[in-house]
Amino acid sequence: MNDTVAAISTPPGEGGIGVIRISGAGSRAVLERLFRPGKGGGRARDAAVCFRDRHMRYGRIVDPKSGSVIDEVLAVFMAAPRSYTGEDVAEIHCHGSAAALRRALALTLREGARLAEAGEFTKRAFLNGRLDLAQAEAVIDLIQAKADTTFDAAIRQLDGSLSRAVKNLRDRVTELLVRVAADLDYPEEDVGALSPRDLCESLSSIGDEIEKLSATAHAGRIVREGLRVVIAGKPNVGKSSLLNALLRESRAIVTDVPGTTRDLIEEGVHLRGLPVRLTDTAGIRETADPVESLGVAGSLNAIARSDLVLLVLDASAPLDAADAHVLRQIANRRFVVILNKCDLPARVDADAARAFAAASAAAAGGTEGPLAVVGASMRDGTGLPALEDVIESFVFPGRTLPAADAFVTNVRHADLLARASAELREGLATAERGETADLTEINLRRAWELLGEITGETAGADIVEEIFARFCLGK
Amino acid sequence: MRQYEMEQYDVVVVGAGHAGCEAGLAAARMGAETLVLSIQLDAVALMACNPAIGGTGKGQLVKEIDALGGEMGLVIDKTFIQSRMLNRTKGPAVHSPRAQADKRRYHEEMKAALERQQGLCLKQGEVVDLIVEDGCVCGLLLRTGAVYRARAVVLATGTFLGGRVFMGESTYESGPCGFAPAAALAEALRARGLALRRFKTGTPARALARSLHFERMEEQKGDAEIVPFSFMNASVGENKVSCRLTWTNAKTHAIIRENLTRSSLYGGLIKGVGPRYCPSIEDKVNRFPDRERHPLFIEPEGLSTDEVYIQGMSTSMPEDVQRDFYRSIRGLEDAVFTRAGYSIEYDCIDPLSLYANLEHKEIAGLFCAGQFNGSSGYEEAAAQGLMAGINAALRVRGEAPFILDRSEAYIGVLIDDLVTKGVEEPYRMMTARAEYRLTLRQDNADLRLTEKGYALGLASRERYEIYLRAKKETEEEIGRLRAATLSPADAESLLAGLGLAPLASGSSLAELLKRPQIGYDALAVLDPGRPGLDARTRARVEIQIKYEGYIKKQREQIERFKSLEDKRLPEDFDYLALDGIRSEAKQRLSKVRPRSVGQAARVSGVSPADLNVLLIHLKKREGRP
Repeated sequence: MNDTVAAISTPPGEGGIGVIRISGAGSRAVLERLFRPGKGGGRARDAAVCFRDRHMRYGRIVDPKSGSVIDEVLAVFMAAPRSYTGEDVAEIHCHGSAAALRRALALTLREGARLAEAGEFTKRAFLNGRLDLAQAEAVIDLIQAKADTTFDAAIRQLDGSLSRAVKNLRDRVTELLVRVAADLDYPEEDVGALSPRDLCESLSSIGDEIEKLSATAHAGRIVREGLRVVIAGKPNVGKSSLLNALLRESRAIVTDVPGTTRDLIEEGVHLRGLPVRLTDTAGIRETADPVESLGVAGSLNAIARSDLVLLVLDASAPLDAADAHVLRQIANRRFVVILNKCDLPARVDADAARAFAAASAAAAGGTEGPLAVVGASMRDGTGLPALEDVIESFVFPGRTLPAADAFVTNVRHADLLARASAELREGLATAERGETADLTEINLRRAWELLGEITGETAGADIVEEIFARFCLGK
Repeated sequence: MRQYEMEQYDVVVVGAGHAGCEAGLAAARMGAETLVLSIQLDAVALMACNPAIGGTGKGQLVKEIDALGGEMGLVIDKTFIQSRMLNRTKGPAVHSPRAQADKRRYHEEMKAALERQQGLCLKQGEVVDLIVEDGCVCGLLLRTGAVYRARAVVLATGTFLGGRVFMGESTYESGPCGFAPAAALAEALRARGLALRRFKTGTPARALARSLHFERMEEQKGDAEIVPFSFMNASVGENKVSCRLTWTNAKTHAIIRENLTRSSLYGGLIKGVGPRYCPSIEDKVNRFPDRERHPLFIEPEGLSTDEVYIQGMSTSMPEDVQRDFYRSIRGLEDAVFTRAGYSIEYDCIDPLSLYANLEHKEIAGLFCAGQFNGSSGYEEAAAQGLMAGINAALRVRGEAPFILDRSEAYIGVLIDDLVTKGVEEPYRMMTARAEYRLTLRQDNADLRLTEKGYALGLASRERYEIYLRAKKETEEEIGRLRAATLSPADAESLLAGLGLAPLASGSSLAELLKRPQIGYDALAVLDPGRPGLDARTRARVEIQIKYEGYIKKQREQIERFKSLEDKRLPEDFDYLALDGIRSEAKQRLSKVRPRSVGQAARVSGVSPADLNVLLIHLKKREGRP
């Protein structure tokens, strides 16, 4: 009963802060795996920390696998029974960006928590004697009301392509499971047992499909909220021209005077059908002008919240310290280099730009160089299609867009898909070790149940029913 | 008609089929004065359908019945004529013993076991009504006017209750194999307000072996090494017969299709619900038109008869059509038939009207078992009979019910499915129904259950001692294999011989045994000091070591499962009055009256949210002063 559960426990929408609550015996371990104290400078992989009961700490949530920083947070651990639920509880107070909050939640699920059901914290609180009897009715209402809205939301989410994609995957698991199960219960009949090789191939192919769908969890959010793209560069390299070219209209003022764009300009645009929120930043340079320095601070903030940075460099002038300064600011982001002004006599080629960008970013602790270097000219539009290609493949890696544009946009679904795919991987490993099919069947059945939780088909359904519907069996 | 009082008993069992026999024996062995009434003593432990015991899921049930101190395993070990372990090439979780029985001998041995049993009286007599006072059963009325008083009654009426046979256009009231049906009792139970429903089952024709061309069929031999059903037996007899496999063909299917409207089933005569997993041949041909052929198995009915059973070909066709389609099959061209196939419809109850101890919710002291509860199969019946007999005896003693849960036994899965989910067609056990298959193996039924059977007073002292010895031997051998280490050089020849890479460092024998390619017996060359163990112990030592990781993982799942099973729900919970639970769920819960939160979760139509609300109400109630 008392497994560890986690959920975002502040209302949806952009607030000042957002709180992730983790409750259960494993909550402390989950928190300690994700939390790193202090600002951390450029290095994300610091020593872990032991939380003391009821002491709040400042630090970062870091993905322990990739080392990337998700958010700056305050976090606290409250030992049982002195907590809201009466169990061990950890809380992570994030900065309020919905994306960061979701990413942090996804990490807690990966590190051993399960997504809390509707009203589960309150239910646990009541069952552990933390609420009085008078509150019981309210808890009951809460559970049913939340179950209803969750259900509605799930249905709304599911009408359409995701539902079809998951259903299709589940049908394939069902088919496999039924063949394995029928052969186990009817060894003397002509079920057409799967060879170990066919079983492995099917497991691996279904697993791959689920993983492809899982990978859209990232794309799914982008589809819903838009890709946050920031245009950055030192003054007067053509940032505003790039914005205009992407917008195909003159929204930003383009002049030859450095520092013209002092306000942030944000525009929504669809690139290849993908919603993109484009932000043109003030040129980033060290400046004494107080107005301009405000603009620079705003730019840095926008960069920190971006999904992708378009770094504009001038191909007609040597790369200099000002370019390196900008690169230092974006070192920890994913970025593309736009080598602008290709129509002028070139002083910098693509290889040099790539090497310079990689070196500058690395010097500032960046782990990855530019995603791509695109030669371009804003004057005649050269390079724009190539840039759109790069953005598209950033969102949909490998251009393996699932059929009918199914996207996973919901943490619960992403969690279930990840668990289903883990089961299939384990089943595959079992089968590849040469174990018998009845052991693989355990994983198959679990994956089947997990996928059913997405489509709402687990309840009442029965694999035994399926066996008799599909095979002519019996004596 | 004048009624007269006969003897008084603690427990009276109605019916002496596979359920009734186990019920009577269990109650008597637990010290209850027991009467077993059968409409016809020549039908005791009758195998009205196929001449076999065991199979997938079912074999496990027989081993569990045996481990608790039941009779089925002992009788089949005495009377089998061929034995096989099904699924031997698959994992141990699905190894399933199955044996062909000599039908007549099986009947005789089981009847003799009842006759021998202290405290048990086996009598012929037709029960026509229950005697119920204050909602509590207290006796039975027979057709003769005889009244037997009882403190508990077990109903195990099988296909006799309201039995009606169908063969093509002909239909008549009858029990199985031409025995008389129990028609009056069915009427009386209806009059008492029991909601009875009609289920059906069917059986194929029997033919004379000498009229069949066995050389045109595929022979199926028994296993060279036979695993006994009973844990009491270290070894048993040998195979005496072979079965044969042949196939239907396009001509068979054409004959069936042409005559479909003459079958009782497709002609519309049969109203009862038949099991999909035991389809008649007309069902198979009709529902799966793409199948070019269906397998059938020729199984001898015994050593003292030439009759054989045509398994896989049950039918409700008229006799002339039966003759024609059977004879269209390779090997059956000149078949001479001794008995025609038929369908039989019978009365049964909705098992949702039973508690998990198989006691009726409305009539206290009335226990129900077997086909009467909507199951099918000898083994399913025997398992319920055993549990009904145990619980009837416990009621007489004034003790708490004995219930096995889904993690303890297939018997637990069977009864929990029946009383929690109900049935829409006759229920057959399958390994796919068990969540904890790797734990509920046929080889370890004694380790799971004999302790419990002994504590009940059901398993004998002798059985208990055999179990203790086996348990000790198993544990010691596992410990020894874990402690015995080998150097890479020691293991090299064995591993190279199997085409495996050499060891990188030292390893215990247990670690080596975990490799899929290496069995316990193969390790003998590296293990000269091993004790001489019997086949059963060797097998389970191997299984417990090889699958240790999986078994451990399953044990954790079982612990989570148990935490919900252990959370008891009060019997007098008024589900209809609980707010916050959807009305469909309220009705279902109110009907099932689950004994635990775990069981409530398995009731169909109960959502996780409903269950959470139920927990809150439970807590509220506990908090009440």
